[in-house]
Amino acid sequence: MEDDHRLRDAQRGIPLGLAPRGFRGRIASIEVGEGGHGLTAIELERRLLELGFVEGATVEILHEGPLGRDPIAVRLIDATVAVRRREAMAVYVT
Amino acid sequence: MTTAIMTVTRHLALVGTPNSGKTALFNALTGGRQKVANYPGVTVERKAGAIDTPGGRRINLIDLPGTYSLRGRSPDEEITRDVVLGRLASEPPPDLLLCVADATNPRVALRLAIELKKVGRPLLLVLNMIDIARRRGIDIDLEKLSAELAVPVVTSVAVRRGGTAELLQHVDELLVEELATKGNNTWSPPSNSELRAAQREADRILRIAVGMPKRPETLTGRLDAVLLHPVGGLLILLLLLFVMFQAVFAWARPLMDVISTAFEALGGIAHDLLPEGLLQSFVRNGVISGVGNVVVFVPQILILFLFILLLEDLGYMARAAFLMDRIMGGAGLHGRAFIPLLSSFACAIPGIMATRVIDNRRDRLTTILVAPLMTCSARIPVYTLIISAFIPDKQVWGIVGLQGLVMFGLYAAGILSALGVSFIANHFFWRDNATPPFMLELPDYKLPKLRSVAIGVYVRAMMFLKRAGTTIFSMMVLIWFLASFPRPPAGTTEPAISYSLAAMIGGWIEPLLAPIGFNWQISVALVPGMAAREVAVAALGTVYAIEGGKEAAEQIGTALASKWSLATALALLVWYIFAPQCASTLAVIKRETGSWRWMAITFTYMVALAYVAAFITYNVSLALGAG
Repeated sequence: MEDDHRLRDAQRGIPLGLAPRGFRGRIASIEVGEGGHGLTAIELERRLLELGFVEGATVEILHEGPLGRDPIAVRLIDATVAVRRREAMAVYVT
Repeated sequence: MTTAIMTVTRHLALVGTPNSGKTALFNALTGGRQKVANYPGVTVERKAGAIDTPGGRRINLIDLPGTYSLRGRSPDEEITRDVVLGRLASEPPPDLLLCVADATNPRVALRLAIELKKVGRPLLLVLNMIDIARRRGIDIDLEKLSAELAVPVVTSVAVRRGGTAELLQHVDELLVEELATKGNNTWSPPSNSELRAAQREADRILRIAVGMPKRPETLTGRLDAVLLHPVGGLLILLLLLFVMFQAVFAWARPLMDVISTAFEALGGIAHDLLPEGLLQSFVRNGVISGVGNVVVFVPQILILFLFILLLEDLGYMARAAFLMDRIMGGAGLHGRAFIPLLSSFACAIPGIMATRVIDNRRDRLTTILVAPLMTCSARIPVYTLIISAFIPDKQVWGIVGLQGLVMFGLYAAGILSALGVSFIANHFFWRDNATPPFMLELPDYKLPKLRSVAIGVYVRAMMFLKRAGTTIFSMMVLIWFLASFPRPPAGTTEPAISYSLAAMIGGWIEPLLAPIGFNWQISVALVPGMAAREVAVAALGTVYAIEGGKEAAEQIGTALASKWSLATALALLVWYIFAPQCASTLAVIKRETGSWRWMAITFTYMVALAYVAAFITYNVSLALGAG
């Protein structure tokens, strides 16, 4: 069981919202946690999908906002997208 | 081809994601032949224009609000969905959908095209900005793309003359076959797994049909390293805002003076041509000064929208929002609210019109609500009049002039109250509504196309003149009426205004305003002062029977200094920070929000704020011995 968890965490990766500037990776999953977004989990996931955040896409954090390193500018395949770190917590990257 | 085909107007709709270059394409296709209005019952802007195709067809092209999907989560997106599906009663169902994609970055637009296929209407994918894509070495196999997507594909260059010829030719061909290809509508709101699947399908097609260059474009990256730098980026933004503020505030001044002088001269002509009396007063003070009051705002609106559209087309606007998001967000304002609010320092009217850059309705309304609290230039004559008459011209702490300090305090009070009101609105007013997330694309930088910007500026100015202008004008005539009727009896020595309805209203509100230290003269002057804040200066002059209007400001100041207490003067200053003493602003709020409700809310909260603040100021000043 313990190993299962660890294996799953390794596959799942870290939330993009915690990644530093310069981070490069690939989206492992989109999993919206509960609360605090002002949107339902399904709606937030939908908006991320609509912007092009899907599993397998490459990401790189290019820039950070001047206050609290927020929001972040993310290179998403060939587009650049700005999101707040709070919303980027739902994007797991490896 | 029969003449029947030639005379039938075909309806085309432009659909696309934000930043797809949809507006530039629309401007290129329709030129100046566009009409901007609102959809019935909602405040969503309806942009349509006429095109004549090379095949002799008359086309009515409608530019739908940008959307990532047909889901319709905002009023704008609902319009897009309903027009595309042919559900909107006021809009004929489109004969052909044009899905616009940025050829340099077609990924998300391709998913939208896959969704649009389900609608069952003829669809054409337009790869716009193909010139930039080719220059960057992006290799698009149009045949493969069209085959995989099962949708005809055409390229266009919206910013070059003739760049849309191929597109129009294709449209002609499709409209010939059109009747045969109309399918069934199988669209339903996509679930998240359907969205995922559609994006994966789009990505698959892109891998087959589009070859990305090995060395990606770097100019945007290099510019962003400076423009999005946490310190440098903010400094550049501040510098840019300073220039913009200067432009709206100072550059517009000479033009505005020319317009004012011209209308005054026109008033002078009316004075000379018409016999003394009611007709002369109506033409001069009602019609001419009413029209003048509308036209005088045009230079500011032109300059402001020139800046906004240039920055928008350049791709900088999204960056500015990125930099300001957290800073504005603390007070519950959207990152994009800073331009409208900054412009409101010059005048709330272009400021409120500029809130169109904010997509989210809730953020936009909050910004409109607080914009009139910014110290606009019309308050300056009132402030300087009272400050120079009542505040001693002395230095405090050795270096700072007391008068300047008071002026600064008035500006600061406006800003702080705006932040406070938006904070309160967000925490109490909008509680049932969710905080919208900040998510937006940062498009690659592009050189703005002047023609497209010019069309945009022109459309805004015309819209202001037609839509806001009519309301402002009628309010001006109403205020003239209040200040002129009934006429004074013959041979009176009192100023004419003391016999008017304005004086009656002033008399009614005087008991209400007495607790904040206003005498009946102030109460009467506040009525014509609704025309514009600076009019109150001339109105006070009229009430105190000082001839010469604005030029006599100094004289008025001296008169006031002998007739008012310091407490009254301070209370009036504070009143002017908050009070909605501007019919034009209220008219624009009504026009921009499409409802009397928001105008009433703004009016009420500002009056309440002004009253409470002036009451406190008056009574504290009295207690401190300023009576």
